[in-house]
Amino acid sequence: MKKRLTALAALALTCATPALADLNIPNLSYRTGPFAAGGIPYADGFNDYFTLLNERDGGIGGEKVVVTECETAYNTEKGVECYEATKGNGALVYNPLSTGITYQLIPKVSVDKIPLYTPGYGRTSAANGKIFEWVFNYPANYWDGASDIVNYLLTENGGDLKGKKIALVYHNSAYGKEPIPTLTALKEKHGFELIEIPVDSPGQEQKSQWLQIRRDKPDYVLMWGWGVMNAVAIQEAANINYPMENFIGVWWSGSENDVLPAGDAANGYKSLAMHGSGSDYPVYADLQKYVVEAGKASGAGDQVGTVLYSRGMYAAMVISEAIRKTQEMTGHAAITAVELRDGFEALEITEARMAELGLPNFGQPFAASCADHGGPGQAMIQQWDAAAKKWNLITPFIAPDDEVIQPLVDADSAAFAAENNIAERCN
Amino acid sequence: MPDEILYAAEAGLNGLMAGVLYALVALGFVLIFKASGIFNYAQGVLALFAALTLVGFQNGQVPFAHLINAIFGTQIHEFGWHLPAVVAILLTGAVMVLLAILIERLILKHLVNQAPIILFMATIGLAYFLEGFGDIMWGADIKKLDVGLPQGISDTVESVTDSLFGYGFFIDRLDIVATVVAALLVLSLTLFSQFTKYGRALRAVADDHQAALSVGISLRFIWVMVWSIAGIVALVAGVMWGAKSGVQFSLSLIALKALPVLMLGGFTSIPGAIVGGLIIGMGEKLFEFFVGPMIGGATENWFAYVLALLFLVFRPQGLFGERIIERV
Repeated sequence: MKKRLTALAALALTCATPALADLNIPNLSYRTGPFAAGGIPYADGFNDYFTLLNERDGGIGGEKVVVTECETAYNTEKGVECYEATKGNGALVYNPLSTGITYQLIPKVSVDKIPLYTPGYGRTSAANGKIFEWVFNYPANYWDGASDIVNYLLTENGGDLKGKKIALVYHNSAYGKEPIPTLTALKEKHGFELIEIPVDSPGQEQKSQWLQIRRDKPDYVLMWGWGVMNAVAIQEAANINYPMENFIGVWWSGSENDVLPAGDAANGYKSLAMHGSGSDYPVYADLQKYVVEAGKASGAGDQVGTVLYSRGMYAAMVISEAIRKTQEMTGHAAITAVELRDGFEALEITEARMAELGLPNFGQPFAASCADHGGPGQAMIQQWDAAAKKWNLITPFIAPDDEVIQPLVDADSAAFAAENNIAERCN
Repeated sequence: MPDEILYAAEAGLNGLMAGVLYALVALGFVLIFKASGIFNYAQGVLALFAALTLVGFQNGQVPFAHLINAIFGTQIHEFGWHLPAVVAILLTGAVMVLLAILIERLILKHLVNQAPIILFMATIGLAYFLEGFGDIMWGADIKKLDVGLPQGISDTVESVTDSLFGYGFFIDRLDIVATVVAALLVLSLTLFSQFTKYGRALRAVADDHQAALSVGISLRFIWVMVWSIAGIVALVAGVMWGAKSGVQFSLSLIALKALPVLMLGGFTSIPGAIVGGLIIGMGEKLFEFFVGPMIGGATENWFAYVLALLFLVFRPQGLFGERIIERV
């Protein structure tokens, strides 16, 4: 009996664990809990892109990709548990879609030597590869985003924001507080007034915050929200008749989920976009053919082309390109996590390559390096058309103010290095 | 009148309105606790489930569509109809009654005479089951709830206060509707429990289970009835909160807003839930207005609990709770 049980357990383990020769990419996703509506399309886009590569191209460099999902429910403790449970299977890279989980994983991946890819979220100063060897957050981070919005407002106001009032409505968490140092520095540079308005998670009730906005009458309201907070904020802004065109969210406050509940009242709301969205890119024809129609879609296939689906797909595309680069550098297909770090650092994504991948003009081209893990930090502004139920891009990519951001990145990463006794690399 | 006083009055008034919404959630807890001594952890999820079902019916969504499509390879999502709000609300009410019958048959019936903690644990299980069941049945995407409720600033209140004080107050029209609905709900519940046979039976069970059983009142029927009423109250709360944020899974967290209300108002008093909601709502908004800016804001979530704890120091049974005296 004991022998049978042991054999059964061994069989179960063999079935549950991806073969070590595959490219194993854990997906720390959240399909349950209060943030599921954002987690599901992102996870679907991430999984479907790798399924496409497996089905159409036979994997990457002939090596199949195995994506193992682990449910975090956007909970930091569960995220760490997922990391511990999956890292032993030869995990190549992590992408947890949570700033809280990212903060907890940074010291762990540094010890385990596994890259952590956090596009547009996580710890901003991880853009400094001299200190954060294993973390990558290109093409843009929160501080870039804050500066992109301010630069957009500068162009809207003839280059002068002096005397303007800008309110920041933010999720009262590590994530929501990220843009504050940049906005504080930019406030001093451009002479605008910054009003900080925190909203406790999850953000179902925001009456006090929007009464304050009604009293203070800011010229612009910026939002760093996630989940239900976004939808409630947009509804409350509409309730107080705040002009939607002056309300701008970060890229995590700019999905269909955020605007649809408010209906027509959300018309004109703006947000950052670090990539395109919609199904007009050639890659979607392949996704439809090899993934959705073949019945291999990660979810119900109803999220294809939405903003967050596109973002998950974009993250998967960047990871797959880093894997390809690593295979090219090492000369073998079955790469390791340590080798992948070099691939991430040598990665260059040009417009020509994105067009080849079926994503022309989708994201900003960038070239990483040992020191630069953050990319160019550019983002576009998109505006919601409630009648057509679609986002329209209304600006080209806007560059951030590196003169302000780089010293902040250097100071924050230097403090992290001092706290953790990390020597600068890439010299 | 100084601006600060006007702003504070506006914050306080909005707090009262928010309190009504908290009270709507708390009412469901009170009804079940009063009749069966169970602290129903699943009350927030009941509100979510009710709102999901309502939107599903209204939009003609096929329940379990994802599951059906995955098993049979079909592509069905909608029936192709759009039900009027009233019909969808009535159908959802029926589903909540059916759910109450199932809860009694499958869970409560088997736990008669068990310790309250066992019943509490069962409701935790129920909460997680219902959340997952709702997800499989209706999908996890955010849904717009449109039952024709008005939203946005009340122009009448704004113009009247502007002419009186020189500053137009903001009151959300949805909050006004919620207040009227809550008042009607409390009135109906009071009339039901005071003047109907079943209401008297309910009160008898609440007073003493054993004595009620001994005079022939069916405990199982009363449980079905009270869970049905709590389900309908959850539907009302789900509609009001869902109209603000869309119907999404975070709706279940509105239960957290009801806990300080229950601590303050007592677990066994319907007026307590209302008064508790009003005190918590106004207290947290005024605290945020006066003290929030000095300490970085976002005080409401924790201050509601501080306020409830302060009340507990002086009245452990809550404002309207029954005083428990156990003699040795």
